[in-house]
Amino acid sequence: MDLNYIIAILAAGVVAGTPILYASLGEVIAERSGILNLGVEGMMLVGAVSAFYVGTYTDNKWLGLLVALIAGGLMALIHAVITIVFRASQVASGLALTIFGTGLSAYLGRGLVGIPPTSTFKAVAVPLFSQIPIIGDIFFKQDIMVYLSVILVVILWFVFYKTKIGLLLRAAGENPSAVDALGHNIFFVRYAAVIVGGMLAGAGGAYLSLAYSPSWIENMSAGRGWIAVALVIFAVWDPARALLGAWLFGIIASLGLHLQALGVMIPSNFLQMLPYVFTFVVLVFTTRETKNRRSGTPAALGIPYSREER
Amino acid sequence: MKKINKIGVLTLVLAMILSVLLSGCSQESKPSTNEQASKPATEEKIKVAFVYVGPVGDFGYTYAQDQGRKYLESQMKNVETTFVENVPETADAERVFTDLAQKGNKIIIGTSYGYMDYMVNVSKKFPDVVFEHCSGYKTTDNLGTYFNRDYQARYLTGMVAGKYTKSNVLGFLAPFGTPEVIRNIDAFTLGAQSINPKVQVKVVWTNSWNDPATEKTAANSLIDAGADVLAMHVDSPTFAQTAQDRGVLAVGHDSDMSKFAPNSILVGDVSNWGPYFVQVVKEVMDKTWKPTQYFGGIKDGGIIDITPFSDKVDKDFQATVNAKKQDIMNGKFDPFSGPIYDQSGTLKVKDGDKAPDDVLLSINWFVKGVSGSIPKS
Repeated sequence: MDLNYIIAILAAGVVAGTPILYASLGEVIAERSGILNLGVEGMMLVGAVSAFYVGTYTDNKWLGLLVALIAGGLMALIHAVITIVFRASQVASGLALTIFGTGLSAYLGRGLVGIPPTSTFKAVAVPLFSQIPIIGDIFFKQDIMVYLSVILVVILWFVFYKTKIGLLLRAAGENPSAVDALGHNIFFVRYAAVIVGGMLAGAGGAYLSLAYSPSWIENMSAGRGWIAVALVIFAVWDPARALLGAWLFGIIASLGLHLQALGVMIPSNFLQMLPYVFTFVVLVFTTRETKNRRSGTPAALGIPYSREER
Repeated sequence: MKKINKIGVLTLVLAMILSVLLSGCSQESKPSTNEQASKPATEEKIKVAFVYVGPVGDFGYTYAQDQGRKYLESQMKNVETTFVENVPETADAERVFTDLAQKGNKIIIGTSYGYMDYMVNVSKKFPDVVFEHCSGYKTTDNLGTYFNRDYQARYLTGMVAGKYTKSNVLGFLAPFGTPEVIRNIDAFTLGAQSINPKVQVKVVWTNSWNDPATEKTAANSLIDAGADVLAMHVDSPTFAQTAQDRGVLAVGHDSDMSKFAPNSILVGDVSNWGPYFVQVVKEVMDKTWKPTQYFGGIKDGGIIDITPFSDKVDKDFQATVNAKKQDIMNGKFDPFSGPIYDQSGTLKVKDGDKAPDDVLLSINWFVKGVSGSIPKS
């Protein structure tokens, strides 16, 4: 295995991790506000189908991405209303959202299967940076949505830890009654977080259908929404660690396929299993870690907030 | 209270991931029973029902079968067809087949391998209904099987791939290690070797019929490993788009994929089930139908064929491939003619012999020249 091949594995891994990264970041935001949304897979699929539809018919990938953001946000709004207004079980509502999104996207996409895309995100080398040996080949010859995802991580990190909005968001997930008592609208914070989270899941879907494998096919997210939910725990609700986790996951998936292509005599089923084994392992470790340090998990995650029960 | 809630949430997340794993990220298995009947019968029409494993819009396997259904309707005025899509290969299928038989369908066609035992059961309960099962091997008094000799077209597209590789490495994206997939990879390899003996075919398994993103990474891995012509046996055209982006060539499967990658696609194979469905209906009407194991080839009305060549394939070579196709049609040549060796060098088909149908339908070994191992189930 020469250096170029290793670079190829890593570069493909970054791409493979990107749709999961978008969805994970969205879920980090929602869960930080105290709302668990298991509808990521469904929101991704609706995002993917709407991005492909609009992008292909208007010949404008940016419009496609924009509509995916809106569609993901609208899906999340359903979850927000059900869990915040009606205080229904967040788990049940999220699961229902995934099932609904899977069916809805299949229905909306009936006429889109087998249509070639007209406008897609293609790899663009960043001037100068792409000339850096190795690093340039891995990170700076990607498509623009990959670059945007990294910028998004930086922005989110800043907002989370350096701004009042971030403080409010984190407080909503830790101690909603305190936020309420201070005169802030806890419901508004949670609504906003869930909707922005859905928008990012929609962006993850758009990445699949306009950049990664430009096309629409039923169920094309193939479980990536669930991986994103799991990665949030690995990330300890931190945007930077979400990036690390998503890329690691992508690289392991890419490694499995590349080793097969080299003819390495490891059963392909085993290699295909690796990313999921990785998910399990990190789940176990980070769950232990967060228990010991008593940090990370938003204390009010999954608990509906009610003024009367304060 | 808080603690219980948190643990509960974590457990559920884990359970969900597990369930996704167990289902192998497979297609949503919800039978949508939107049976689409055509106009009400004005005269006595024969009712024919189709049961599909996937959505009719998959642009691959189910799409091709449904094109056959439409062909049947267009060819025979006194036929009324219905279909049920997304029927999983579980006990649910038995319910769907029973239901269709009770609704007065005279011919019921099941298009997926996994329906086999359920169709056997239901056919025994409804002796007056004719059942046809695609790709299976079990028959009853009123259950026949049908399939096409996909390997004949694969051999021909393999010849084209062998001709146009410069690196002598071909890449093949495969979903699962079923006999159908293995037979196609073997035939493709034999075809390529007949033109270019140095050819090596690298196989990467995606473990899904339908996961375009994984197919993209798999296609990239094959190109990174030196492949300059790609082929596949999955459902989406992702591999061809990837080939075009990376400036390598590709050979299509199941439908004409040239519109996805006009600069890369050289040729492809295509299935055409319609004429067989017409034949079955005619036989049933004439009361001459018998349960057979139909295995149609290129000579049988195009039930399997190759697409038109792209301009990249030069005219002389097109003639060479077409001559080989002619030889296959008139029985002068068979893609699985000996001597054929497997990967370990064991002689599998002797010189002068050809692999019999039962071997082709249960094949579980790669021919020499394929690099990759078959996943054990």
